[in-house]
Parts: sequence; C-alpha cells; structure tokens
Amino acid sequence: MESNKNFVLGVFDDEDVLLHAVEKVRGKGVKIHEVYSPFPVHGLDEALGYKKTRLPIAAFIFGMTGTSLALIMQIWMLGYDWPMIIGGKNFASLPPFIPVTFELTVLLSALGMVATFMIVSDMKPYKWPQQFDLRSTDDKHIMAIDLSTNKLAKADIGAILKDSGAQEVNDKNF
Amino acid sequence: MQVSSSLRESLITGGKTVGDVSEDICRQVEGKPTKLWWMAFGVSLVLLGFGVYTMSMTLWNGIGMWGLNKTVGWAWDITNFVWWVGIGHAGTLISAILLLFRQKWRMSINRAAEAMTIFAVICAATFPLIHMGRLWLGFYWALPLPNAFGSLWVNFNSPLLWDVFAISTYFTVSLVFWYIGLIPDFAVIRDRAVRMGNKTRATIYNALSFGWQGGAKTWMRYESVALILAGLSTPLVLSVHTIVSMDFATSVVPGWHTTIFPPYFVAGAIFSGFAMVLTLLLITRKVFKLEDYITIYHVELMNIIIIVTGSIVGIAYITEFFIAWYGQVPAEQYAFINRMFGPYWWAYWCMMTCNVISPQLFWFKKIRTSLVSTFVLSIVVNIGMWFERFVIIVSSLHRDYLPSSWSMFYPTMYDVGEYVLTFGFFFAAFLLFAKFFPVINMAEVKSIIKSSSEKKH
Repeated sequence: MESNKNFVLGVFDDEDVLLHAVEKVRGKGVKIHEVYSPFPVHGLDEALGYKKTRLPIAAFIFGMTGTSLALIMQIWMLGYDWPMIIGGKNFASLPPFIPVTFELTVLLSALGMVATFMIVSDMKPYKWPQQFDLRSTDDKHIMAIDLSTNKLAKADIGAILKDSGAQEVNDKNF
Repeated sequence: MQVSSSLRESLITGGKTVGDVSEDICRQVEGKPTKLWWMAFGVSLVLLGFGVYTMSMTLWNGIGMWGLNKTVGWAWDITNFVWWVGIGHAGTLISAILLLFRQKWRMSINRAAEAMTIFAVICAATFPLIHMGRLWLGFYWALPLPNAFGSLWVNFNSPLLWDVFAISTYFTVSLVFWYIGLIPDFAVIRDRAVRMGNKTRATIYNALSFGWQGGAKTWMRYESVALILAGLSTPLVLSVHTIVSMDFATSVVPGWHTTIFPPYFVAGAIFSGFAMVLTLLLITRKVFKLEDYITIYHVELMNIIIIVTGSIVGIAYITEFFIAWYGQVPAEQYAFINRMFGPYWWAYWCMMTCNVISPQLFWFKKIRTSLVSTFVLSIVVNIGMWFERFVIIVSSLHRDYLPSSWSMFYPTMYDVGEYVLTFGFFFAAFLLFAKFFPVINMAEVKSIIKSSSEKKH
C-alpha cells in the first residue's frame, strides 16, 4: 500500500447533492481520487468522467469461445472420433447440438466476464481495502481527494467541499 | 433524477432511511439465532438424517429398493426432480427477467428467491444422481471425459445429456449471479463488524466480500456485470425447463409426445417457483420482522404472476386434451382418457383442483392481499404441481401397449425417504442462509429509498 498519502474526505448523505458536488469540485479543477457509495448512484460515473466499461466486449468474446468450443467438441466427438448411428440421423447433425452449444456459450460468457470483473477491479478474498470511512458501505457517500495529485491546499479543497454541500470534511492519512 | 409515480404504492414502507436498511437487515446476522430458529433447524436435520439413511440404503442395495417395476420405470424420483427444478425457476426469473423489465419490486425478494433457487436445484440434481445407482461414477458417465473404451463419448443427441449441461450451467450461473449480488452486502457486515470491534467476523466477511470497497468505478463495472448476467440468465432460465420437458417430449410415449411441453413446463415452473417463494418469504418476513421491506404490495404482485402462469398451465392442460381428440391417434386418446378416469383419476383431479381452480381465487383482491390465504394457496399450488408431474410421468407409463404389462406404482419407504431428504436439506440450507447472509439485497433497496429531490415534491 502507498505510504504517507494524505486525503481530504467529503462526506455526503444525499446522492443528488453528491452529483452536483462532483461537478462543482471538478469544475474548480480539483482531481477526485474516487467516490465511495453504499449503492450505485446513476450518473456518477459520467460526472466523474469515467470511460464506459468494456466488460460487455469481454463477455461477448468469452461467449463466442464457448460457442466454438461446444460445436468443435460435439462435431469432432460424434462426427469424426467415434461416429455412431443414432436414430438414423447424420453423424454430425447440427440441431441436436444446439442445446449444449447454447448452455456452454452462457456458461463461459458468465464465468469469463465475472472473472474479468474481479481481476480488473482487483478483488481478492485476502485483500483489505483502503478504508477511508467505514460509513461508506452504510449510508454515506465519501468523496476522496488525494492531496498529492492536487495543487490546491488542504484548506481550500475543504472549503470547496463544504461549499458544494458536504456534511463533514475530514482527512485521512495512510 | 428518478421520477416516482404518485399512483404506485411505495415499495418500502415505514419511512426507512438508508441507515435503517443496514440496521434492519444486519441485525439478524449479528445476533444469536432464536429458539425458533434452532427448533426449525433441528427438525430439518432430523428429516435430513432420515433421508440420508434411506439414500444410503438405496445406494448400498440398488434401485430395487424403490417401488419401480418393469412398466413404471420412472416415478417418484423424476417427479421430484422436475418438481424441484421447477421451484428453482423463480429466483433467477425474479432477478434476471424482472431486472431487464426494470421491475423495482424485485429488489426486496430477489436475494431470498435466488438462494431458494440454488438449494432447489441441488435438491433436484440428487434424484438423477441417485437413480444412476453408482453415484460416484455419475460425473464419469454424464460428462464428455476421455475413457478407456476408445474414447466412447456421451451421446449429444440425447435430451438427458442436454439436461446435464442445462442444469449444471443453470446452477453455476445462478450461483455466480447470487454471489455477485451478495458481495457489497458482505462488505456492509464487515464494516459494521470493524466498528463493533469483532475482528473474526470482519475477517470472514471481508474474505466473502472480496475486499469490496464500493468505488464509483467498481459500481459502474458491477452494474454492467449484473445487467449482462441478467441478459444471459433470461434465455438460460427459459432453456432449462424447456430441456427438462424434452426428456419427455422427444420420446414416443403417448401422453409425453407433445409439442406444447416446453412452454407449458416453463409456465408451470414459474408458477410453482413463485408459490414456493411466497411460502418461504411469508415466514421469513414474519420471523425477521421485515414487514416494511416485503409488503402486502409485493405479495399481491407475486400473486398476480401466479394467476397469469396458473392460467397458462390450465390452458395447456385443455390444449393437450383438445389435441389428443383432434389428432385422432387412438393411443394418445386412450392415454388422456385413462389419465382422467383411469386408476390414477384422484391424482389427476387433485392436480386440476390445485393448479387450475385454486389460483383463480387470486382474482379477488381480498384473497390476493391476505397473508393467510396466500400462504395456504401457495402450498396448495405446490401440491398441485407435484401431482402434475406425477400424473404426466406415472399415468402415461402404467398402461403399457400390452395389457399383460399393465401395472400400478406403489412407493416404498425409500421413495418417500429420498423426497424427505431433499426437504431436510432445503430447509436446513435456507435457515443457514437466513442466519448468516443478508436476506434482503441492501445495496439495491438503498438505491430506491427516496432521495431529496423526490422528498421535496
């Protein structure tokens, strides 16, 4: 973990005030480290200027992998490796292969996307998060501002936060 | 911001704040289990114990312990399997399809319904596994694994194999979907434990929450994951019972060989799943005092879904009969006349009363908003749905083409015991879930607590 990092925290309890505050703070040229919320706040990612997540693309690629694997497996096993006459049908006929293909598409897509999500979000069972404020999972939204990446002084940032509706302004050192 | 209609009732009552949600839901995780909980858990373990005994006897001595005979080769085991899979449909339907339709009332009930789904699918899977006889070889026989016979692969043309893939995919994806929803809520319990100074609990729930922090970036990705999982689960949940129905529909047994089975089974699955959700949630809300989160309005909406799916099931029964007459196939016609007036007439009429007539009572607002009548009818619906599967399976089989092969099915103690096994497991698992996991999705419920812009109106 980074040593000796100083943060200023703005505590909000209302998502509308928070959204306006994010715009105001960013408008003043202050860089926001991250906003921690107990529930997803719609429009917060746009207000913070985050790019859209590419996870849907990952899900699609994993899904297509599942589709191809399932088709290759079934056609190879029943069509080439050990052909068997079942109900007088062709060795490798597509219609009966659809259910398994569908299931494997869904399975790989879901598992692959969730694994990607966990990796890119750095989620591990043994990892303790940097806890800025324990209330951020309960009922408060915490806006964390890293002092080392901002030119403004601590007092000025605090004033901007207070001005934009923060209930409390605290600091936290790691 | 969010606009709420003044015509609709509020989803969460009692003027709850965001903080109250954490308090109300975490309380039962942090406290000691009540006497009632221990009693219920004890009873479940007794049922489970009896079930494990009968299952062990069956595995030791073979399937001959069951009441099956040459004519009726499938009976209670497959009935129970289809019944439990059906029950397992409500959870993912609620969390996936209702999420895509933006039905916010799902938020109070999805967690418990998904848990129920997962336990029900485990219960379902035990029956085909036991029926294989040598349970420990089940994976080897059912999955396309290389073997010493050539390799001789599994038959991908068989609906029974499609079932293996459908049920295992459904189980895995439902489990992942449920767990993804639990992650932020585990973090709530962790942070409360840190504040209370309970280190052990904090460490356990931190591991369960994968070190969740709730940053805006993670929430953005999280919402995207939830939406895609819902999109994937929607066709998945419909595919599972479709494939289960193909176990029957692709055969040439009169009474099974029906093209309407897939939609008919899916509707029946949702029907019985919602009934089981109601049975469990009406108890849960009472025991954990969640009346403000699971309101009469939620109960009413679920009852409306029961009317819709129950009516689809009723129409499907009538359609089957019509087609049997209209198709003019004597074997098919006989199967349906025998179903209604043959030796299993009582099972048939029990199914008709419970599944077709009883849900129609929910047209009366008084009945669908009454907790007592909802509770009773939810159990009646599940009794009816069990008989539906029993009727389809046993009444179609017991009159073979040769009258000398005609027979009846009488369950033994071991048939009954393995059904009891699944009940014991189901309730024990649900009680453990209700004790250690947050029973309501806190993060989602918090997001629908009205914010300031709405309060001002």
